[in-house]
Amino acid sequence: MEFYGLVDGTEISLRKFLQTLSGVDQIGAEARAAMLATRSIKTSAKNWAIDLAISMVDLTTLEGADTPGKVRALCNKAVRPDSTDSSVPSVGAICVYNDMVAIARKHLDSIGGSHVPVAAVSTAFPSGRASMAVKIQDTQDALDAGATEIDMVIDRGAFLSGQFQVVFDEIAKIRTLCGTKAHLKVILETGELVTYDNVRTASFIAMLAGADFIKTSTGKVSPAATPPVVLVMLEAVRDFHQLTNHKIGVKAAGGIRTTKDAIKQLVLVNETVGSQWLSPSLFRIGASALLNDLLMQRMKARDGFYPSPSYVSID
Amino acid sequence: MTDFDYAPALESRSIVTIESEYGHFINGEFVKGANHFPTINPSNEEVLSQIALGGAQDIDRAVASSRVAFESTWSKMPGKERGKYLYRIARIMQERSREFAVLESLDNGKPIRESRDIDIPLACAHFFYHAGWADKLEFAGVGSSPRPLGVAGQIIPWNFPLLMLAWKIAPALAAGNTVVLKPAETTSLTALLFAQVCQQAELPAGVVNIVTGDGRTGSALVDHPGIDKIAFTGSTQVGKAIARAIAPTKKKATLELGGKAANIVFDDAPVDECVEGIVNGIFFNQGHVCCAGSRLIVQESVAEEIVSKLKVRMSKIRVGDPLDKNTDLGAINSAEQLSKITALTKSGEDEGAMRWSPECALPKKGFWFAPTVFTGVTQAHRIAQEEIFGPVLSVLTFRTPQEAIEKANNTPYGLSAGVWSEKGSRIHWASQQLKAGVIWANTFNKFDPTSPFGGYKESGWGREGGSHGLTAYLKSAEEGGNNE
Repeated sequence: MEFYGLVDGTEISLRKFLQTLSGVDQIGAEARAAMLATRSIKTSAKNWAIDLAISMVDLTTLEGADTPGKVRALCNKAVRPDSTDSSVPSVGAICVYNDMVAIARKHLDSIGGSHVPVAAVSTAFPSGRASMAVKIQDTQDALDAGATEIDMVIDRGAFLSGQFQVVFDEIAKIRTLCGTKAHLKVILETGELVTYDNVRTASFIAMLAGADFIKTSTGKVSPAATPPVVLVMLEAVRDFHQLTNHKIGVKAAGGIRTTKDAIKQLVLVNETVGSQWLSPSLFRIGASALLNDLLMQRMKARDGFYPSPSYVSID
Repeated sequence: MTDFDYAPALESRSIVTIESEYGHFINGEFVKGANHFPTINPSNEEVLSQIALGGAQDIDRAVASSRVAFESTWSKMPGKERGKYLYRIARIMQERSREFAVLESLDNGKPIRESRDIDIPLACAHFFYHAGWADKLEFAGVGSSPRPLGVAGQIIPWNFPLLMLAWKIAPALAAGNTVVLKPAETTSLTALLFAQVCQQAELPAGVVNIVTGDGRTGSALVDHPGIDKIAFTGSTQVGKAIARAIAPTKKKATLELGGKAANIVFDDAPVDECVEGIVNGIFFNQGHVCCAGSRLIVQESVAEEIVSKLKVRMSKIRVGDPLDKNTDLGAINSAEQLSKITALTKSGEDEGAMRWSPECALPKKGFWFAPTVFTGVTQAHRIAQEEIFGPVLSVLTFRTPQEAIEKANNTPYGLSAGVWSEKGSRIHWASQQLKAGVIWANTFNKFDPTSPFGGYKESGWGREGGSHGLTAYLKSAEEGGNNE
């Protein structure tokens, strides 16, 4: 059934649905996230979490200065994060601008990385300030180039001015465009939505309109994937699952730089939605610097001492 | 491994040194006791040490020492100087906080996460806060030249051993009183470590005396004619006995007794944070909390959703070794308390309420009780009336706000209450109707030294914390008294 049978595509039905959502108490949400941050993950649990986190990384480069050479180097790293240790899993995906998609796809396929998907940021990323025609063309380009994951941004201006239906319609259109060819990740840019109530509302709009994943941030705005924001999004995903029996994924992106940060995210997942979400198909971490810290922690666990950063490839 | 199994993350106990036997702390020194009784680790029944059983003679010596210290030193000392000692004690406690936390968890059974993040930091905060008051007593609200009462006899419970010590000793000392403190029978170790801190801070001898023991030791303290004030935290039953014992005397008293707090959830409550608050309200410190939110009074229209989310959340509670940093629910403090909880929960089942606990493996040795919720509870049930003092929640429902208030107030207790709603006006309205000393809005079990704490009705007399708590250790110049 379209939109899970919860809304019918009209503004009135969307507003009615959103009214049923309970509020989020800021102090309570932050206290819960802070409490979960005290979980102490050691030894075997830490080793397991490191490998899981590596497999969840969307290895990202989103710079104006990106070149084909840089993207190819990143692809090599994505397939075999540690060239000296074949037991290290490949990352979850490569995430690039859409003009780099074809280059990344071709290179990945040529180095035995056909299992690594290419994600393209889309819909006038990062600001989302363009006409719908441009956003559609942007997405179509990425799909044509072989992207199997589309990371679109929502129109935050529309959201903040209360035009929820505009936000919904854009997502629904891109959803239709992606069809079965690509997974759709919807970036809420929580740093611009500011309140947790907004994050919860935007999460539901995105899920209702057809997101496969809801994603915190573009990485261009701070704060980004803070633990309470991810907590609130995980709670939304859990509630949506209860309502529809559909599992929506969450991608935490921006500001997750250390193994400790990544493990905190996994603890949030584990204690909020449960172990079913502890898989790259339902939880991703958008990052660039994080991967090397995970690799160094992995070497530490294997060798008993911290390696010099010189032993880890910079890209 | 497909599940995220947290490997054991044990806090090292090597930081604490536990003597095989302890005496009393009288006149600045540890003195041998005549008889001893064991104190155990409730999580595995290991004997930790032998504690001295204080008798009338020990109390006598302690009170005499406190009297001398009061008259010769402490009450004469400028407030500014008393403040310095309190600051010093607070800083030493902070420096030794890891030691206090491990010892508290060993002796009490509470999770190290709570002793480390709540009990010990709050205990330090009480000393810091009252240190600041010591030279500002004329602003406490008892006239321009307030006087201390004299020697305070203080009896504390086993649920927050060091924190309750801090609640008692810090204001008493700031106001210029000296104290004789009796820790709870099952949890004396952190009080004895505190005695070492007093020595380290070079607190004048006799300002703090600590006599360990059981109920008999406590009643010897209550009955001692040299005591000017009794401060007690514990059961309502013992509180009433103390009130009777001191009725014919000039002794003042503050009593902080039991509770059966209502946690009221309206239909517009923020659901996830509310579920968190319910969990924190009743499962914090194994429910060994006098202000625990043991009665959940939830609006019927959202009861199903709240209870089902609560059960999911309860299944995430990690029960086990108190020294594991990931433990949420530790051991029940004693075999005696465990049997009380067991008996009351059985009465809940017998009276027809529905009992539910998540699946959780409890350790074989030690005293353990799984987190438990009863639904279908009515006001007539014992589990809606009596204080269980364990990890057991009773769920009742209401239809109108007025009904919620009536149910909440339908108890002989009145220590605390919680109100959950996104509507500010409703929170204010409910808070004005509730007969409880502490009311939390959209949160629960939050404590701060600046905030007065205490109960209505059978939950006690007087307040602790804030200027209210301080004035319980002061009298105005007009009241005069024998210490001038």
